[in-house]
Amino acid sequence: MTQINFTFDGVSYQGRSGDTLATALLRNGVLHFTDSAYRDRPRGIVGLGYEEPNALVNVDSGAGEPMVPATTIELVEGLVVRSLAGVGDLPDTRDTSRYDKKFRHIDVLVVGAGLAGLKAAAEHAAAGKDVVVCDDQPAPGGHARLIDAEIPEELLHVLTLPNVTYLSRTTVTGLYDQGYSVAIERRTDHISSKVSTDKARIRVWHFRAAHTVLAPGAFQRHLVFANNDRPGIMLSHAAATYVAKYGVDIFKKAVVITVDNQGYRDAIRLHNAGVNVVAVVDVRQKISKESKAETRKVVKALGIRVIKGSTAINTEADSKGCVKSVTIGNIVGDTGETIDADLVAVSGGWTPTVHLATYIGIKAEWKRKKAAFVVKHHSEFVSTAGMLDGKFGGNDEPAVFFGVEVPSELAADAFIDYQRDATLRDIRRAIGAGMRSIEHVKRYTAIGTAHDQGKTSGTITMGLISQRLGKQPDEVGSLTFRPPYISVPFAALAGRERGLLLDPVRITTIQDLHVAADAPMEDVGQWKRPWYFPQGNETRHEATLRECAATRGSVGVMDASTLGKIDIQGPDAAEFLDRVYTNMFSTLKVGQSRYGFMCGVDGMVFDDGVTTRLAEDHFLMTTTTGGAAKVLDWLEEWLFTEWPELKVYCTSVTEHISTVAIVGPKSRNVLGKLAPSLDVSNEAFGFMENRYADVAGIPARIARISFSGELAYEINVDAWYGAHIWEAVMSAGAEFAITPYGTETLHVLRAEKGYVILGQDTDGTQTPMDLGMDWIVSKKKDFIGKRSFARSDTARAGRHQLVGFMPVDGSVVIPEGAYVVNESDAGSKPPFRHVGYVTSSYMSAALGRSFALGMLANGQARHGDTVAIPYDGNVVMAQVTEPIFFDKENTRRDG
Amino acid sequence: MLNIPCPWCGPRDETEFHYGSEAGVAYPENRDEISDEEWGKFVFIRSNPKGWFAERWVHSAGCRRWFNVWRNTITHEFGPTYKPATQQPASPQ
Repeated sequence: MTQINFTFDGVSYQGRSGDTLATALLRNGVLHFTDSAYRDRPRGIVGLGYEEPNALVNVDSGAGEPMVPATTIELVEGLVVRSLAGVGDLPDTRDTSRYDKKFRHIDVLVVGAGLAGLKAAAEHAAAGKDVVVCDDQPAPGGHARLIDAEIPEELLHVLTLPNVTYLSRTTVTGLYDQGYSVAIERRTDHISSKVSTDKARIRVWHFRAAHTVLAPGAFQRHLVFANNDRPGIMLSHAAATYVAKYGVDIFKKAVVITVDNQGYRDAIRLHNAGVNVVAVVDVRQKISKESKAETRKVVKALGIRVIKGSTAINTEADSKGCVKSVTIGNIVGDTGETIDADLVAVSGGWTPTVHLATYIGIKAEWKRKKAAFVVKHHSEFVSTAGMLDGKFGGNDEPAVFFGVEVPSELAADAFIDYQRDATLRDIRRAIGAGMRSIEHVKRYTAIGTAHDQGKTSGTITMGLISQRLGKQPDEVGSLTFRPPYISVPFAALAGRERGLLLDPVRITTIQDLHVAADAPMEDVGQWKRPWYFPQGNETRHEATLRECAATRGSVGVMDASTLGKIDIQGPDAAEFLDRVYTNMFSTLKVGQSRYGFMCGVDGMVFDDGVTTRLAEDHFLMTTTTGGAAKVLDWLEEWLFTEWPELKVYCTSVTEHISTVAIVGPKSRNVLGKLAPSLDVSNEAFGFMENRYADVAGIPARIARISFSGELAYEINVDAWYGAHIWEAVMSAGAEFAITPYGTETLHVLRAEKGYVILGQDTDGTQTPMDLGMDWIVSKKKDFIGKRSFARSDTARAGRHQLVGFMPVDGSVVIPEGAYVVNESDAGSKPPFRHVGYVTSSYMSAALGRSFALGMLANGQARHGDTVAIPYDGNVVMAQVTEPIFFDKENTRRDG
Repeated sequence: MLNIPCPWCGPRDETEFHYGSEAGVAYPENRDEISDEEWGKFVFIRSNPKGWFAERWVHSAGCRRWFNVWRNTITHEFGPTYKPATQQPASPQ
């Protein structure tokens, strides 16, 4: 037997191969494991597996993981763990382990490789099905393995068949609709305490199974009595397994408290392993003849005393806080004798693992004869087997009993949920406060909300409520759970999608030049866009002011390639655009561009952009950078569902075209140099017109479009020429000190002109009229959303409308999102009666002061009023203006 | 995760689809004539039944086409699927 060295709370210990952390610690005499989170009471190991409520550790070796039950950790050389009282902590270091995912479509998923699961797998495998068996233990067999019972060879053989995949150490954490399930396979933690370099630590499986067999088995429950939480009080099945299978020899005298025959079986195992079992205390007075023969007689024959009709009432502790004796009495609480014992093994009945079934809405049913919630379900998609199905093997004849009604002075020490330190007193208070349903009691007491999610305490809580109310457990609610069944590291869910692989990054073909220019990037959807182009040690603020001034003073250049672009073709394309845009597009001449608004059926603006007619039946629509996918979906929805008669096709061409915008009074000079064949005069190439010409030797479509109020051109080329055009523009513009600018300057320049950015200045509750853009709404045709303009709420006076806000102190830039209140409320305290809010706010080089855009109730009628903007404990006074601040006469558009 | 029967592609994972609300809610023909209340019903009101519900989906990460399908809102079971502008099959019940 190999010796394994490990460290627990800074102390070195030795265990054996095949140990779990729990078995090794118990064999080393670590009974007092930790102290409880809220009451600071000594606690020890209670259970065998994932039901463990006390013995949580922080794993510090390898990848590290907080809050893992010691009962589920396979011992490996060099393992370093810490006991926890309450929450754990994540390691500070980066987890370098790999995590991956696998997807499989299969015929049958079997959850659990106990005898019931193996039998189901054998049947389906024999029928030629593709079967996957998931089991959370290191080896198959379930309970049979733990009690060292023989597992039939032909059942084990099933796992080796070519059409069967057996996944050990794999926990199915969720079951969902139509046979979809998720499982967590732990692949390396049992091999080494170090980070694995050649294998993914955890694999997340996604199964779609035509049929799922649920055979997950059951957990044992504890019983409620005063001081039932001391180290040395364990579930009897766990205690017997630790002693008999794992050679834990630290217990001298045991008392078994039981409601069923399982307690007797565990007493026999303890006795045979050398523990002095002083008594079996049985809640039941009477049991059947068969049970007598199988259990009571056997126990008596071993010289073990049987005390009928009794249960534990209280316990006492030794100097270390571990159990020293147990006081028993009858089941209504009359105190009887006290028996010395260092192990109190409790068998409170079985709780089948109903979790997965309840995730998909299958109800667990209370079976009085089994004293358990079981799930019997056999449909096309799901079937149940084994203990979940109510087949507890052997006849247990459990009493429906959850604990003695201890007197009120002891109720605060009668524990139900160990992790939450929730007690009988809490349940009594909840009932006293009028709560009757498990759903209410759970929230009032926090029972079942800790790491173990009430695996042992759920049924007990329902039992105790019903016991007190004189009802059946299923009359106070149902035992329902939500995934995941065990806690799952986020790293496993993330898999390889972290760092650069977290989300696709979209970049333009000019990106390398922006990076070389040290431009910080702004995320716009998945796009990376240059934010500003700092020179030297410039701040964003300084760079933006310089870029704005240079653009309005001479010429600036911007990468506009990220704008969404949708190619729209077909004989009905013009008619289609008339229906989706608020303004007319069928009258647009070939080679012309027009700015348009799209509204939802509710009449609210949801996207905007410039659309160009390339031919009679061919348009190129641009959308906001972040809105492209949504707009394409919208267009296709209408074409497909409402207007299938329209002959129109839409294609996303965003990535096909690189667009370089040259903006400012000298932009005509720059374009003239780059495209010598083109007449760039205002007469020959007017506003909103398009021309085809070679630019820097590359065929281009040049559009005279402006989002700044300046003379401006957009050069559109095949995407891969983007960097070439950018460099050509930069060198042609050098003599005019051409200045590259980013999204920040773009925003300031457009805001100075009062051009809205949809999604920044709007939030889906504005009509074009609210934005003061009545001119964009056609009176001559119908379009999506038009009817809503006549709705009483849309047509009413006093709606929030777009306005400008001029801070009285022009050095103050109001934070975007700040609320606006009337001047008369300037001195009031929060909560403010607000009348509007700020949507865009900047310092302007052109104005030499700050300014803002925002929404204000009845704003179009309030130009000239003073309003107050309280934030951060200050109040800034501002004047309401029309939402245009610079070149109101549009004198700069034509250069 | 639902397994949604696309009438063109067959059953696929829910992540490939986008939801499109209730099926069979027609865009009113006589928009200028109907009352605010009737128009408001079209814009804002959808039924929300417990049980079988005919709804629209679009297979956005697949064929990008729209379709209708019966779904049970309690059991999440799917009934018949049908293409737009075809006769709606009877509710499975």
